[in-house]
Amino acid sequence: MPDPVIAAFRFGFGLPLPDAAPTSPQTMLAALSGPDSQLLAHPGPTTAQIFPLMAAATAAQKARRQAPPDQQPAATAAYRAALAPINALALGAAKGAFARALDAPDGFRERLALFWADHFTTRARARDQAALPAALMDEAIRPHLTGRFADLLSAAILHPAMLAYLDQGASMGPNSRAGQRRGRGLNENLARELLELHTLGVGAGYDQTDVRELAKALTGLIIGPAGQDFSAARAEPGAEVVLGTRYDGPALAPIRAVLHDLAVHPQTARHIAQKLAVHFVSDSPDADLVAALEQAFLTTQGDLMAVYGALLHHPAAWRPQAAKVRQPFEFMVAALRALGVSGLDVMQMTDRHFRRRLHNPLRAMGQPWQQAPGPDGWPEAPDRWITPPHLAARILWAMQAATIWNHTPDPQALLTRALGPRASPALVWAVPRAETTAQARGLVLASAEFNRR
Amino acid sequence: MDRRHFLRGLATAACSAAAHPWLTTVTLAGSDGSAVLGDNRLVVVILRGAMDGLDLCRPTADPMLARLRPTLADGGLPLGQGFALHPQLAALMPLWQARELAFVQATSTPYRDKRSHFDGQDILEAGTGLDLPDAAIRDGWLNRMLRALPGLTAQTAYAVGRDAMPILAGPAPSATWSPEVQLDLSAQSRLLLDHIYHDDDLFRQAAANALSLTANPAPNSGTTAKGALAGIDRLVDFAASRLHQDTRIATFSLTGWDSHRNQPSALRGPLSQLERVILRLRDQLAPPIWGKTLLLAMTEFGRTVAENGSRGTDHGTGGAMVLAGGALKGGRILGQWPGLDEAALYARCDLMPTSDVRDWAAWAMRGLFGLDRSLLETTVFPGLTLSPDPGLLR
Repeated sequence: MPDPVIAAFRFGFGLPLPDAAPTSPQTMLAALSGPDSQLLAHPGPTTAQIFPLMAAATAAQKARRQAPPDQQPAATAAYRAALAPINALALGAAKGAFARALDAPDGFRERLALFWADHFTTRARARDQAALPAALMDEAIRPHLTGRFADLLSAAILHPAMLAYLDQGASMGPNSRAGQRRGRGLNENLARELLELHTLGVGAGYDQTDVRELAKALTGLIIGPAGQDFSAARAEPGAEVVLGTRYDGPALAPIRAVLHDLAVHPQTARHIAQKLAVHFVSDSPDADLVAALEQAFLTTQGDLMAVYGALLHHPAAWRPQAAKVRQPFEFMVAALRALGVSGLDVMQMTDRHFRRRLHNPLRAMGQPWQQAPGPDGWPEAPDRWITPPHLAARILWAMQAATIWNHTPDPQALLTRALGPRASPALVWAVPRAETTAQARGLVLASAEFNRR
Repeated sequence: MDRRHFLRGLATAACSAAAHPWLTTVTLAGSDGSAVLGDNRLVVVILRGAMDGLDLCRPTADPMLARLRPTLADGGLPLGQGFALHPQLAALMPLWQARELAFVQATSTPYRDKRSHFDGQDILEAGTGLDLPDAAIRDGWLNRMLRALPGLTAQTAYAVGRDAMPILAGPAPSATWSPEVQLDLSAQSRLLLDHIYHDDDLFRQAAANALSLTANPAPNSGTTAKGALAGIDRLVDFAASRLHQDTRIATFSLTGWDSHRNQPSALRGPLSQLERVILRLRDQLAPPIWGKTLLLAMTEFGRTVAENGSRGTDHGTGGAMVLAGGALKGGRILGQWPGLDEAALYARCDLMPTSDVRDWAAWAMRGLFGLDRSLLETTVFPGLTLSPDPGLLR
């Protein structure tokens, strides 16, 4: 019988386990097969909501550029007013992300959502795009993370957040009508990341010709007034050959075909298997564990439930060593849960409190919300997170959080509640020796065993 | 060695962000960057937001300047060669006269046309040669330089401040610290943290450094400044304290250069911060180290030659770079001046770039650290072909 404490730390947000939390492979998989309760409990922004607001912001920005000097203040105010509802959606979605993770009975689903959002990293490149990454999470990641990888891939790549982030709007077939008229050509950004990051993996048997052919195949894919759209005028005429297969046809058909083939490619199976094992278990995972995930991916053509099943059923996934550290968002969620903070508490925070208590500390710990440094997402290696300034920020926040949220005043009780059998003798010795109960509670949250998983 | 002694020893010997446990032994053995890089120091400042080089270092001899910038070109402190320094920077004139200050005009990265801060900074810090971010290169050029030189330790290069510094990101170990991080903890809490991290190498190392760096305020932190300038003083003082020891490369950013509206007011803060960085660094390093130091301040792109309708400037192409330091052969405007006639402009609105930012950085590193030309042209800045030696150093 797998250890429920390992299940809590490795595949969720640690202790205390939520009521009725699944802790065995069977029950964890059963919970994943059910509905996504948190998507409904804390709904986020949708493309349909965001696009009219983006259009209004673009119009206000244009008006400001064209306004004569004496009307600049008014035009600036109008532009700010147009951005305000977008910022409100983005900030609400950030609160919602904490709330979902805090309230979820099924921490594994939340952790998988974070994993896949990182695999398909996007960030807003302009102020009016601020709410798009949240929409990608709700429209592409969460609905597909228990389905087939091919569907997840299609949804994420075709999402306007991804098209905006990786410059697809700037790409035109060099021989397309629009490309010829405007003397413009390919932007390979999306094609390259699609091969290198999202599917096959870096150096996995493709070359620059494949990148260019894939970039040609993706032409026509644009962001329209309501979201993802297709422009035949920009599509490169003729067929493309990617990894030896020929793709041709009208509109999105060849794009969907190439995405499907990439999704079920054996190199993709290997890449995803390695990445999941690294994220959840160890930076140098057992070859046998990775092979089991790869095999499950291959034999089911990328059925993600089968892949998660292979992970949860493998003994190497249940080793007691906590070889990874919680990334800052996970760390904060785990601490808030241990301190008894609910999703509702976060949703009811004023914007100012939320920024000061949760949003800004994420930046100080090295993980500014939805601002990964590049399309390759956040680093996995523990030593990239536990640096002097970032650990200092964790310690500082732990002390502050333990002061602000005082639902478990007794430090000994918090120690048991948050760490159970994982508390080290050194921590057990140190906690009663702190000068105040708040500092004692802070030590529990700052400890290495609380920050590892 | 007992543990308290060990922690103290680490605190004084290293003060680094040694990320890998094995670095500790190297650190404690007293090895440092000086054996590999020598005694010179490089400070790279990223000016985020696109600094207006035509405002900082004004081409006053060009008759087009006053026509294109009717409200932005008044005044300036004559530098010779037809240029004048922004009037707010009078305190830098003694450095100019001492030939410890120089400007490169009409320089840029290879980035063209799209004018996004995001991509522009990516390209600047990745040091790549395309006019688009190169997805295949995810590390920064300072990190690639470090990686090419065996035997360096994490504290050889320091990223200072709260902003992420992609220029130093990558596999080669480097150190990072923000002097703004205050660990306001009691002595007892510090002792207990030492205790609880004792058996975890990663946490013990990081905490020992964090605790030692916050135990005593940064050396020489007698700042009398207020507000943003006090933060600049802490940042520079910390960088200087590292550069006095084993650190050979320090990098940080100055932000706020995106002056679309009311530029004289928008740039007041950033310009005073840049001035403060240079003067404070000179004072804190003091002659022996300042004389071995070169500071490069670079930005993602320049700004439009003509002022816009709101007394500001918009995203452009060619810009300026600031060089300072006792190691510099300064007092010069470097680079080839293309002129401001419409026919000479890039896309009819921007200063035409006549040099590559990477070329100046490469010559700076070659001069300071004796790096091979081929290393610079293939590894640090892949695809760059070095221009003739501009003779940056004394």
